[in-house]
Amino acid sequence: MQTISQKQKSIHIVTPNSFLAWIGKFLLILIALFALFVLAKNLIAKPTLFAQNVLDGLKLGFVYALIALGYTMVYGIVKLINFAHGDVFMVGAFVSFFAVEFLGLHVWPIAVFPDINPLLANVLGTITIILLSMVICVLLAITIERVAYKPLRDAPRIAALITAIGVSFFLEYFGLLEFVFSARFIPYKRPFEEMTWYIKDGIHQVEAGVTTPPGSITFSNIFVVIVIATVLAQLFLQYLVRRTKIGIAMRATSFDKPTARLMGINVDQVISFTFGIGAAFAALGGVLFAIAYPSIKTLMGVYPGLKAFVAAVLGGIGSIPGAFVGALIMGQAEILTSAYVSTPMRDAIAFSILIIVLLIRPTGIFGEPEKEKA
Amino acid sequence: MDITTLLISFVKIVAVVAYFYGLFWVMGIKGKKIQLGKKEFDISILVNIFGVFIGFLLIQLALTPFGSFSILTNFDRGLLFQACSMVMVALGLNLIYGFNGQFSLGQYGFYGIGAYTAADITYRWVNGDSRGLIVVGIGTILGAVVIMLIRKFLTNLRRMPVLSSFTLYLIGSVLAGVVAVFAGKLIAPAINPFLGSALQPGLLNQQVPMYFVFFLAVIFAGIFAAEVSFLFGLPVLSLGSDYFGIATLGFTIVVYTLMVNSDTILPFPEMKGGRGMIGIPKLTTWFWAFLFMMLVIITMRNIIRSSTGRSIMSVREDEIAARSMGIDVAETKLMSFVIGSLFAGIGGGVYAHYIGFLSPGAFDFLVGFNPLIIIVFGGLGSMTGTITASFGWIFFLEGTLREILGKISTEAPSWRYVLYPLTLLLLMLVRPQGLLGSVEWGYLKSKVIPLRKSKNTDEVKSA
Amino acid sequence: MKSLKILSILLIVAFLAAGCGAKAPAELKVAVLAPLSGPVPTFGNSTRDGFLLAVEEWNAKGGVLGMTVVPVVEDSQCTPDPAVNAANKVINQDGVHYIIGEVCSKASIPVSEIANAAGVIQISPTSTNPSVTVDANGVTKGYIFRACFIDPFQGLVGAKFAAENLGAKTAFLMVDQANDYVKGLAEAFKTSFTALGGTIVGEESYTANDTDFSAILAKVADANPDVIYLPDYYNIVNLAAKQAKEKGITAPFMGGDGWDSTDLDVVAAAGGYFTNHYSAEDPRPEVQNFVAAYTAKYGSTPDALATLAYDATNLMFQAITEAGADDTAKVKAALEAITFNGVSGTIKFDASHNPIKSATILKVTADGVKFEAVVNP
Repeated sequence: MQTISQKQKSIHIVTPNSFLAWIGKFLLILIALFALFVLAKNLIAKPTLFAQNVLDGLKLGFVYALIALGYTMVYGIVKLINFAHGDVFMVGAFVSFFAVEFLGLHVWPIAVFPDINPLLANVLGTITIILLSMVICVLLAITIERVAYKPLRDAPRIAALITAIGVSFFLEYFGLLEFVFSARFIPYKRPFEEMTWYIKDGIHQVEAGVTTPPGSITFSNIFVVIVIATVLAQLFLQYLVRRTKIGIAMRATSFDKPTARLMGINVDQVISFTFGIGAAFAALGGVLFAIAYPSIKTLMGVYPGLKAFVAAVLGGIGSIPGAFVGALIMGQAEILTSAYVSTPMRDAIAFSILIIVLLIRPTGIFGEPEKEKA
Repeated sequence: MDITTLLISFVKIVAVVAYFYGLFWVMGIKGKKIQLGKKEFDISILVNIFGVFIGFLLIQLALTPFGSFSILTNFDRGLLFQACSMVMVALGLNLIYGFNGQFSLGQYGFYGIGAYTAADITYRWVNGDSRGLIVVGIGTILGAVVIMLIRKFLTNLRRMPVLSSFTLYLIGSVLAGVVAVFAGKLIAPAINPFLGSALQPGLLNQQVPMYFVFFLAVIFAGIFAAEVSFLFGLPVLSLGSDYFGIATLGFTIVVYTLMVNSDTILPFPEMKGGRGMIGIPKLTTWFWAFLFMMLVIITMRNIIRSSTGRSIMSVREDEIAARSMGIDVAETKLMSFVIGSLFAGIGGGVYAHYIGFLSPGAFDFLVGFNPLIIIVFGGLGSMTGTITASFGWIFFLEGTLREILGKISTEAPSWRYVLYPLTLLLLMLVRPQGLLGSVEWGYLKSKVIPLRKSKNTDEVKSA
Repeated sequence: MKSLKILSILLIVAFLAAGCGAKAPAELKVAVLAPLSGPVPTFGNSTRDGFLLAVEEWNAKGGVLGMTVVPVVEDSQCTPDPAVNAANKVINQDGVHYIIGEVCSKASIPVSEIANAAGVIQISPTSTNPSVTVDANGVTKGYIFRACFIDPFQGLVGAKFAAENLGAKTAFLMVDQANDYVKGLAEAFKTSFTALGGTIVGEESYTANDTDFSAILAKVADANPDVIYLPDYYNIVNLAAKQAKEKGITAPFMGGDGWDSTDLDVVAAAGGYFTNHYSAEDPRPEVQNFVAAYTAKYGSTPDALATLAYDATNLMFQAITEAGADDTAKVKAALEAITFNGVSGTIKFDASHNPIKSATILKVTADGVKFEAVVNP
């Protein structure tokens, strides 16, 4: 009896404002202050360089956003980390490579209409290539879904994750074979020429062989294309999910599958559709990625896929604006850390940021709090 | 195609698996009684120990060369040792994921920490520097003591934010580390004269003392990995399942990055960063691999069969029900995570001294999926399955496929990683619950009737 | 107990059978360990192709010492564990005494320890890390050789060329910390360039999977160096050089033999220089015959990896011919004394089993790679 009462006496309840409760917060605040200090110091020291870095981070972030959208869609509906997504992305890039290199699809507008406006011709040609990649990737993704995921819909979730890893390995290493894509690092031919401008006392075009004056900010037409494509994709998805019938069906399926089925929704079709949409965005991402970073290989999907997935988690996986915001943060985190903290430790710092964000918001920035299991 | 090669390599897999089934069968023998005079003695424990000993000798004999011939070649020996360390890593992950339901991708991070820690201790020892052992030894023990003390202090506090307790633990561990480094500086000069250099071993760095240091190094490496996992797991385990998985994936990548920069950012020039650590003494023999593996298997089996194990499993089945039965869910999760990492760390130590060379590339996040694949393939929540799958996986991927494809043509080896995912895919489609489900065999079989799992209702609901 | 007996019998039978599997080679078996999967499969394919071409040529000439060469190809994934398994497999299961490989140093080092212990000759075509042929205590591993330069030499040549021929005063280093080849070259360049009076104005690192170098290049633009030293493989060079052009950076890039490939984007890297073993324009018959034969067989011009694998294989066969027997101890002695005229130059080995050969400096122009200078050791 005595021991129990003694124990009860010594129990102390930590109130939210006590010193002990603040120790943990101090640690976080310290880290945040340090990061802010580093950024502010560099912003003041070289504002144009800082702006350049932010711009580069945006470019990277927009690319990640395109891939992250596919991850977050699929996860939102079937709760599956679709590891094969990064490889569908790779296939998209390769399809566009073949379309440009062997079919010459990007020049068809000029071939058909010789006196077309060159800008319009480029736009049409690029869109054709993107559409072709999308179609093939959608077919591929739906096949994968039918073969590897659908039979496992009632199995433990992890089984589908393992098949996803299996599919991912298969696509990568089958692609490596000589008669498929080959193992080479292939230089990618862009469907349109790149143009770069720099901002310093107005906007000027960068000319080959001429060093841009120090303190200028450069950007390219590719950056513009990526931003436009990502924003359009984002708007389209929002519209699709919020306003259309299939979007409502998707949300219903995501919320509660058996009930959705009872309501007359063809859940299997909705899931296939989701995979298809995800793959279409992966294809778009793949083509734009290859245009932005013109070197392709069969393993190219692994790391962008990982980063994009992490971005989706950061934003709250399952949430479409979350994927977008998470990707932008990821892009900035990578570029700004390598610019101002340390390049060798870049990945470590980027992932530490992820862990810290998750500690503060356990389901990501836009994620809904996890429901208690009933 | 060469049918005999195919046959032999498949027989090899079967034989290795059969070996373990035999071993666990012998270890599980109960109720053997002997009549001595009037009294009856229970000699089953003797039978068990003798069986394990025979099991050890069997492989030892097969590995011993007679002239130029040995039953198991160096090739098989390599696979065997890799599989042994894989068993430890995968069993640890199975405890975390299979038995406790925490989806972790960080196992290779702890594996790497264990490997590098153990390797650094013995490397320094061989080269006449005892600081590695002293610092890590004192550091881990002191760290454990400090953590225990802080825990005792914290048990009386209610509603302590997890970040605050993490900060306290962090400060405590860092202080323990600093003390250990100073202690190392003080004590090491007293021991160093007894150590020779690598070329001229002194009194303490050859033969028996060397093996003793190796044993300590592996154990300390395991404890060190466990302490890191404690610090990391404490705040992160409060996350939901997939978010926890991603956080642990992040941990693997952080550890990888640190390994790559171990000579520039971390103060360990002997690890040589991305160039890879050379000169680690190859001390792992079958005896040590077998010993550590058996230690891990027996420890884990006893944990699973104890009340602790039942509370670990109840957390997996239903957290709320477990909590209402008075189980401290956070505590249980943390414990299984720490023990799982301890096993991974020990596995890493064994691996490092088998291969003799460590490169960060071996602990990349992509290979980090291997233990996950193994435990799912073997059956989540089945120790027998994990052990079978570890050996089966290595002997199939690195053994059978190599031997068969090598015989076909010079182009065929490129197909190895095409066939492997196809096999994985097929097996998963045929047996989504894993090779053995949650069936156990012999010694590993539980006394209590396992919880009846009605086809993963939980999983479907959340999906 | 009965089942135990059956089990143990089964076991013994199985392993007896396994042990007897590989026996009695009537031919000369030579293995290549190449990363056919893993992070850099394209290097593995090139290495294997160069190796197979050499084997084919020797077999067409009647084999080595009258023995037909049987090639054994194994996938070693550029990772220690699979490389060790592959090495153990070719040595113990196939009974190979001669190994060409691995490509990556991190895989070659553990393989070299196994090969040296087993008395098997290993010639690594491309592993530049000094620890491949020398162990942790500085003792040369007797049976291990390499066909490529070690890091310090290429770095030295590059630095000398940058400082003397290009008149560079400042240099910027881009390094992949996880890649020992890149790191080794960069360190050597740094030491030599500083010794020659130059300044390193910045050193930044990336990872092999990076595609975006803008943060580093922004720093480069800010530091405005005379040369940028990027001793990585062509895939990284393609991306980094292109992005540098887009940022309006005109300083030339410099690199090592990793640049040598038909997949090098010559437009992007135009104006850059790299150190290599040979120039494809070299009129020597070895070079011209090799380039012609390789192109005829595989339909593309060989890259540095294929060339070095080809040379390493020929080196091995010539040594076996000179030794006059399929005896690794004799072949080892022959290799130590050999003078070999290969595609990548004349090879002799020093005491650490590193080849002594001259380096060629090549210039990248928009129409292709041109010969610039030869630097002797």
